[in-house]
Amino acid sequence: MKFSRIGLVSLLILMSASFVQAGTLQDVQKEGYLKCGTHIENPGFSALNSKGERIGFDVDFMRAVAAAVNVKEIKFTPLTSKERLPALQSGEVDLLIRTTTFTMSRDVKLGLDTTVTTLYDGQGLMVRKSLGIKSAKELDGASICLQTGSTTELNVSDYFRKNHMNFTPVVFDKQADVRKAYDAGRCDVHTTDISGLAAQRSLMKNPDEHIILPEVISKEPLGPFVRQGDDQWADVVRWTINLTIAAEEKGVTQANVEDMYKNSKDPEIQRMLGKTGSLWKDLGLDQGAPVRVIKAVGNYGEIFERNLGTKTPLRMERGLNALWTNGGLMYSPPFR
Amino acid sequence: MSHSSAPQKVVFWRNPQVRIWTFQILMLVAFLWLAVSMYENTLINLRTRGISSGFGFLKNEAGFRIGESSGIVLPQGGVLWFLLSLVIGLCISKFISSHQKTISDGPLNCKWMSICLFFSIVLPAFTLYFFRNSIEILHYAESSSYTLALAVGLVNTLKVTVIGCVASTFLGLLIALGRLSPNWLLNRLCRWYVELNRNLPLLLQLFFWYFIVLQQLPNVRQSISLGGWMFLNKRGLFFPTLVPETGAWAFSIAVIIALTGVFVLFRRSNRLLNETGTAGKILLPSLGLLTGLPALVWLFLGQPFTLDYPVFKGFNFHGGTGLTPEFTALVVGLTIYVSAFNAEIIRSGIQAVSKGQREAARALAMKETQVMRIVILPQAMRIIVPPITSEYLAIAKNSSLAVAIGYPDFVSIGGTILNQSGQAVEIVGIWMGVYLCISLLISLGMNIYNSKVALVER
Repeated sequence: MKFSRIGLVSLLILMSASFVQAGTLQDVQKEGYLKCGTHIENPGFSALNSKGERIGFDVDFMRAVAAAVNVKEIKFTPLTSKERLPALQSGEVDLLIRTTTFTMSRDVKLGLDTTVTTLYDGQGLMVRKSLGIKSAKELDGASICLQTGSTTELNVSDYFRKNHMNFTPVVFDKQADVRKAYDAGRCDVHTTDISGLAAQRSLMKNPDEHIILPEVISKEPLGPFVRQGDDQWADVVRWTINLTIAAEEKGVTQANVEDMYKNSKDPEIQRMLGKTGSLWKDLGLDQGAPVRVIKAVGNYGEIFERNLGTKTPLRMERGLNALWTNGGLMYSPPFR
Repeated sequence: MSHSSAPQKVVFWRNPQVRIWTFQILMLVAFLWLAVSMYENTLINLRTRGISSGFGFLKNEAGFRIGESSGIVLPQGGVLWFLLSLVIGLCISKFISSHQKTISDGPLNCKWMSICLFFSIVLPAFTLYFFRNSIEILHYAESSSYTLALAVGLVNTLKVTVIGCVASTFLGLLIALGRLSPNWLLNRLCRWYVELNRNLPLLLQLFFWYFIVLQQLPNVRQSISLGGWMFLNKRGLFFPTLVPETGAWAFSIAVIIALTGVFVLFRRSNRLLNETGTAGKILLPSLGLLTGLPALVWLFLGQPFTLDYPVFKGFNFHGGTGLTPEFTALVVGLTIYVSAFNAEIIRSGIQAVSKGQREAARALAMKETQVMRIVILPQAMRIIVPPITSEYLAIAKNSSLAVAIGYPDFVSIGGTILNQSGQAVEIVGIWMGVYLCISLLISLGMNIYNSKVALVER
């Protein structure tokens, strides 16, 4: 199963004649669909709703990119964490948005490019309230359930080594199995990115029995990955996401974007939405792209609140993910 | 046209020899071309995509922790001496015994046998004792290399494979005998067992053994205590471990020597029975060997082992050894699944032995158990061994499903490394190579065994 999947992907790398790298944008537009790597199930980020549609924070950015390049369809490829990078390298997907942490080695060594951080996250530790633990420093000797093949595994090892504590990892291939094992009482601790913990907690038997400890043991900037060597495609992804951030800053929303396009006097909004200038044409898209994007998914704030915010089962605060004008880190370079 | 029977003037492309060789060579060339072009293609693809390649990353620090890791035994220089003394010892005793045989033409007498024993066992054992420091036991830690991490995974896989093969064979034999039993209830039960296990996917069974059984066990704090020194809970089964003290080496060697001595005595008495009709006395001497030798060592070198009891502290039990639920579920799941197939193989093997053999054995007034052990099973083996080999291969390969239930086997750890280092092609290559080696070794071993049990053809 897992084995054969990775084998297949590696075989793709082996067999495919060295095709021309550039031109993902043209390929996507010609084929009429966008190939996206995504989660199997991670509520809030990418999961199926009751109607069988894939929804979530990560999915919305895929829809934004699809709207920008003007294709109607997205082909989702659900991947486990160890399958995701080979799937992108081999060309099985053109865009990977799957709560994947930007790291130097992934950027430099693996033929991949990072784009824009869509979520500033950090790794957290979740325990049962009944243990009466207040801090991660009290976890010496605990057993910890986690998912294989993620930065999670290294961070937790680093943290325990640094604090001279011991632990026993129990490592699963799928996040759902990590949750089941933790929920069954196999481990004292469940660890992954804090956003992921919130998502997993919402699926547990008694979500209120568990608390996320205050320590954040790592930096986890999450965002879309593309293959290296196709600058145009990387730019399309980068500026589509920047657009959603800038739109929130300028007060452009899903509801008012048409109105803003027609009536706004702000020159940056006019350039950003493609009314004046030729920014989007220079990128290789058409000038109608930005309005399509915002109409499809809204601005960054809307995407966040819809999928992760305090009114969702994940109950996440904006925190670091607030706009820079509100004390957060979300910041788009200027549209000029 | 000539009608003579002489094979004269065949056009060369109709010559069978030429044809055979031409096609072989064409096949070889095509294969080599495919291999070379695949290799080059890979390199080009990796380079154009900016993916680093090569096996250098294996030396890097792993940085992650592994839940279950046993020490890796790494032989150093002194082990060569051990092997050398073993070979020399075996050669000398072989020489002596064959020499003796030609002189007396009877069973080996006691004096010569003890000389043989000395050379083939005692000498190597003492070499091992004197060079015991030459065996290095590596323990995995986060700062170890990827290579060691992979080795730990491999050991974990082999552990499951070996236990699974042995256990599923015994269980399979029992079930097969049950299916052949005239007892109606036992017969039906075994049949249901076979049908049920053969027709449910293995992964499903693993999930069953892991998650369903895990739910039933109590939490760590409410562990079931078995006599105060064994504990059962959701984290596994914890029991005391033997901790070797200074005399442990000599003690284990004494036990090995005693066991081998008993084995030799047993063989000898068996041979005496075959040749003279009366068995030699073996009970007293073997008891003496088994207790006397270790006791002597114990007396002179002090207590060789102490017990380390598991004690609950903080979150978990410390000390002792724990069998984790992941390991247990994997072994139990694999064993039960494969034993159903083995049972069918063994049953068909037993049924294939001709009825006359059984009748003849009964006519000699053998007991039913003797009929099975001495007459039926040895003949059934010839039929059983080849198909059971592929079941053993299946255990080795299916153990990679471990990744689904959190057991750190070779594939699971390889997967982690793959994700940390991004070296997909290399890791998949290592996986393929290692599983190929395991499979070839299993089938080599089974083929050797098969040639021993096979019908001797003259």
